Amino acid sequence: MPTVPAIARFLRLGLAMIGAALALSGQQILRLGNGTEPQDLDPQAVTGLPEHKILMALFEGLLSTDATGQKLEPGIAESWDISPDGLVYTFHLRKDAQWSDGTPLTSADYIQSYRRMLTPELGAEYAYLIFNFVAGAREYYRGEITDFDQVGFKAPDPHTLQVTLKQPTPFLLSIIASHYAWYAVPVHVISKFGPIDRKNTPWTRPGRLVGNGPFVLKEWLPNQRIEVVRNPRYWDAARVKLDEVHFYATEDIAAEERMFRTGQLDITYELPNSKIDVYRRERPESLQTTPYLGVYFYRCNVTRPPLNDKRIRRALALAVNRDTLVKRVLRGGQSPAYAMSHPDCAGYSAQAQLTEDIAEAKRLLAEAGYPGGKGLPPIELLYNTSENHRAIAETLQAMWRKNLGVDVRLTNQEWKVYLDSQHTMNFQLQRSGWIADYIDPHVFFELWETDNGNNNSGWSNPEYDRLLHEALRTADTAARYAIYQKLDAILIDELPAIPLYYYSKTNAMHPRVKGYLPTPLDGHPYKYISIQD
Amino acid sequence: MFRFIARRLLETIPVLLIIVSATFFMIRFVPGGPFTAEKAVTPEILRNLEAHYGLNQPLHRQYFDYLGKLAHGDLGPSFKYPNRTVNEIIADKLPVSLELGLLSLGIALALGLTAGIIASIWKNTWLDYTASSLAMIGICVPTFVLGPLLVLFFAIHLGRFNASGWYDWQDRVLPALTLGCVYAAYIARLTRGGMLEVLNQDYIRTARAKGASELRVIFKHALRGGLLPVVSFLGPAIAGILTGSFVIETIFQIPGLGREFVTSAFNRDYTLVLGTVLLYATLIVTLNLVVDVVQVWLNPKLKFE
Amino acid sequence: MSATPTTPLSDAPEAGRSPWQDAWQRLRKNKIAVFGGVVLILLTLLCAFGPLFTQSYREMDLDLGPVGPCADHWLGTDIHGRDLLARILYGGRISIMVGLVASLVALAIGVSYGAIAGYAGGKLDTVMMRIVDILYALPFTIFVILMMVFLKEPMQAVDVWLGELSFFGWHAFDEMQGVGKILLLFAAIGAVEWLTMARIVRGQILSIKKMEYIEAARALGYGKARIIFRHMIPNALGPVVVYTTLTIPAVMLLESFLSFLGLGVDAPMSSWGTLIKDGAEKMEEYWWLLVFPGGIFSLTLFSLNFLGDGLRDALDVRSAKD
Repeated sequence: MPTVPAIARFLRLGLAMIGAALALSGQQILRLGNGTEPQDLDPQAVTGLPEHKILMALFEGLLSTDATGQKLEPGIAESWDISPDGLVYTFHLRKDAQWSDGTPLTSADYIQSYRRMLTPELGAEYAYLIFNFVAGAREYYRGEITDFDQVGFKAPDPHTLQVTLKQPTPFLLSIIASHYAWYAVPVHVISKFGPIDRKNTPWTRPGRLVGNGPFVLKEWLPNQRIEVVRNPRYWDAARVKLDEVHFYATEDIAAEERMFRTGQLDITYELPNSKIDVYRRERPESLQTTPYLGVYFYRCNVTRPPLNDKRIRRALALAVNRDTLVKRVLRGGQSPAYAMSHPDCAGYSAQAQLTEDIAEAKRLLAEAGYPGGKGLPPIELLYNTSENHRAIAETLQAMWRKNLGVDVRLTNQEWKVYLDSQHTMNFQLQRSGWIADYIDPHVFFELWETDNGNNNSGWSNPEYDRLLHEALRTADTAARYAIYQKLDAILIDELPAIPLYYYSKTNAMHPRVKGYLPTPLDGHPYKYISIQD
Repeated sequence: MFRFIARRLLETIPVLLIIVSATFFMIRFVPGGPFTAEKAVTPEILRNLEAHYGLNQPLHRQYFDYLGKLAHGDLGPSFKYPNRTVNEIIADKLPVSLELGLLSLGIALALGLTAGIIASIWKNTWLDYTASSLAMIGICVPTFVLGPLLVLFFAIHLGRFNASGWYDWQDRVLPALTLGCVYAAYIARLTRGGMLEVLNQDYIRTARAKGASELRVIFKHALRGGLLPVVSFLGPAIAGILTGSFVIETIFQIPGLGREFVTSAFNRDYTLVLGTVLLYATLIVTLNLVVDVVQVWLNPKLKFE
Repeated sequence: MSATPTTPLSDAPEAGRSPWQDAWQRLRKNKIAVFGGVVLILLTLLCAFGPLFTQSYREMDLDLGPVGPCADHWLGTDIHGRDLLARILYGGRISIMVGLVASLVALAIGVSYGAIAGYAGGKLDTVMMRIVDILYALPFTIFVILMMVFLKEPMQAVDVWLGELSFFGWHAFDEMQGVGKILLLFAAIGAVEWLTMARIVRGQILSIKKMEYIEAARALGYGKARIIFRHMIPNALGPVVVYTTLTIPAVMLLESFLSFLGLGVDAPMSSWGTLIKDGAEKMEEYWWLLVFPGGIFSLTLFSLNFLGDGLRDALDVRSAKD
């Protein structure tokens, strides 16, 4: 009869063997905190960053990038040519490209995908990333032409895709490499679950979703986690080192940080501000700070007094200490912004810069008729509910009060009410931000065009608009960047918005994760990531 | 009694109809819609989205369409998660909230009733003060403080639990404990108050004079009356606890319905708001009926009217 | 036949005492309740007048940042370098005001409503209770957003009016911005809390209704209003008092949830609820940000609790006579 100590010893031995077997099997499972629960996994039906990160595991575009997110690399297309006038792009697809269910991936798939994207009934929010650039696309979207053959997509043979543009768009390849709007979708699968132009049919469930990327969807537990497992049919499967990736829905960043500490996560989506200094001091090897391609600014409603007066806008812009804001309040590696475009964006950096100068600010205020801030009615600053926005707003309120004697009142609005106020221009000063969708300085200038849906400031400058369109037509990069310098100068002079800082993403990452590098758009090609214990 | 119940059940239909209608129109008047987004959608895209969801129809048409579908039990597709229907979302998440709610309720009742009864019997002794103070802690320490504290201690410091998630049975412990303690505090206070009211009544004195043991006096005679205020409170409280707690589900990343109640409003997810409101309303109405029945049972002087 | 009758010391009839006076006497004898009451009054005075003597609650010292209790700042500073003691006292103004006023509003409405429904019975009771059910089930978040949106103009008008209001040149409300919003806050919270109160009161009234003294009152010909307000409600007050002491903390914490929706107080003001919420997120790094606001919040609630218990005992006509 085995004694209790003998049983215990046997159990211990057994557990040790199992443990060793697991370690030898070396399952590489990457566990990521992914922010909010994704709305869907259909590349043509979503808009957010959490969705983007999952889509990059399940799909791949014609082009891809390297681990830094900056250098372009072949994806589904193994090579491409651009016509001398910059209007025709020819992509040569891989002969061995296939969907994860074994169906060959051909150029016909791309034609049908773009047709679906441009079908008005689908209501794809990112359709503009196609119809702004491709010849005939906008007309098809508006219903002005009904024959899709007249849109600038051609498939001369199953492995060649030809795209014809309206004007030479120098950053098109960057969009194609970074954004899921240009991904192909498995039309042969989608049509099994409903009409092809109906959004959000249940084709994206596990067991049904078919993609062309390094992983396939294994499990989707809503508001908990999404598991993807390696796709053996991916053309570059040999280079993929991870076996599985688990995306955890983490809505509360404090809870996420605790999950990281208990070892439930390898990488978090964000890190609470108050913990950044602690990590810097005690676990610097787990802290990752990435400059993020976006600018945080306060938008001015230039149609309402007192901000219709350029001098007052300038006074406000000059009387703020951005360095203190970034170092003492935010402390997340952000950098102060003295221009509306992001520095070192595809090699472009603005020369026109704001120089903080309290004396000059006071002078401008006096010149506008309010010496020392006297007589100036309170200005209302609108922000949406967030501790970060509130902290920044309180800081700036104190700075303006101290430096200029200007009374700024803070109003916090719930998200949709805040957006509504923005679209109806029901504000005087409003907190806002602009994150780039692709890596090119153009992304920071397009929103200030007159009548652009994202302008919302009432600011309109015909010279600015003219220069902007000219830039789109300029093929030579140096000449184009020269135009952008002029645009930056206009923006800094007229100040429809007051730039404050450039975003930075800070998150926790376990040192065992390798190959997850900081990228400007926070997209990380998974084939370069591995886990080394 | 059965006539009473039947009549109440009949009353629930107009009540629910009014609630659904009022909510339907309330959410349309709020600024911002399901497609209001940071990067403004172009007018063409917005038009197409609205057409797809029928939002471009006149409001009364939409209202009757919704009621029609409702009669078939179809709550519609969610606006925020369009590849899921509201029925699916509720079917997925309600069991989770129910489980968490029932566990918490069990803890709350066990702790709260015990503490309240002890405090009332040994009133103004150290037992009373201890029990009452412990109950006060449950009220003074909000869930968003208690939860992280428990996680810090049990999950991080001791390493025995996950920080969040809802996978194994261990994941149930900390959330249920957090939610249970807060409700236990309320129950304890109300029980103590209720029992004190009753313990001074003549019939209790009679029972004691007749020689009944203290235990019998309490459990057979006093408890029925003493629990009255608790029962009144528990009706809506149970509805609340069963439909989940927003704070607990956020802190512990629990895929329950509590969060949806709040976030659906924030997202202007019209159908999900209506679905959750309908569910909550049904629960409230049912539980109030149960409470009313229980009250009559507890106090023999009451009758069903 | 009796023995020699004892004569009273004086011929004047003994002065009667109303039950309220009885209750007051009993309350005064309850040491702990008195202690609770005194603490509450002290805290209220401290929050009302303290900020006049402390440092500014809004003045930032960004170079200092968050520091623990020290000589300059007795309770430490928050992440902007603002003095925590000042912020707690200033926040106390908001919390105590909101807690008291909203709870009193809920009390007044809830008690009357519940008593009338309970006493009336029949169809009126049914309709009144179903109305409570309906109001309870409506989504609170949306209701608040609607209020925020539709009452924004009137709120601003109130603010402007209050800002200009002066007592002999002293602009009393100058420092307090956003008073309109705070009033709206009371309304919103009161609108929700009275519902459960009404239900509890109705439950109590239903049992009291059957008591003999109510029958006696009816037999004496007292009118309905008099019976309800002078006989039934005072006897139902026990659980009501207890529930009120539970409502006040819920109201204070509800305010911090409402600040999510933009209905709380405007920055840089904050309430205890918001201070505690902020502190909870940073409790590992800056413990004082949670401990001090949480401590004073708890102290207030404990005092309230003891006072409430004492009140309940005092009002209970059947509690053991001394």
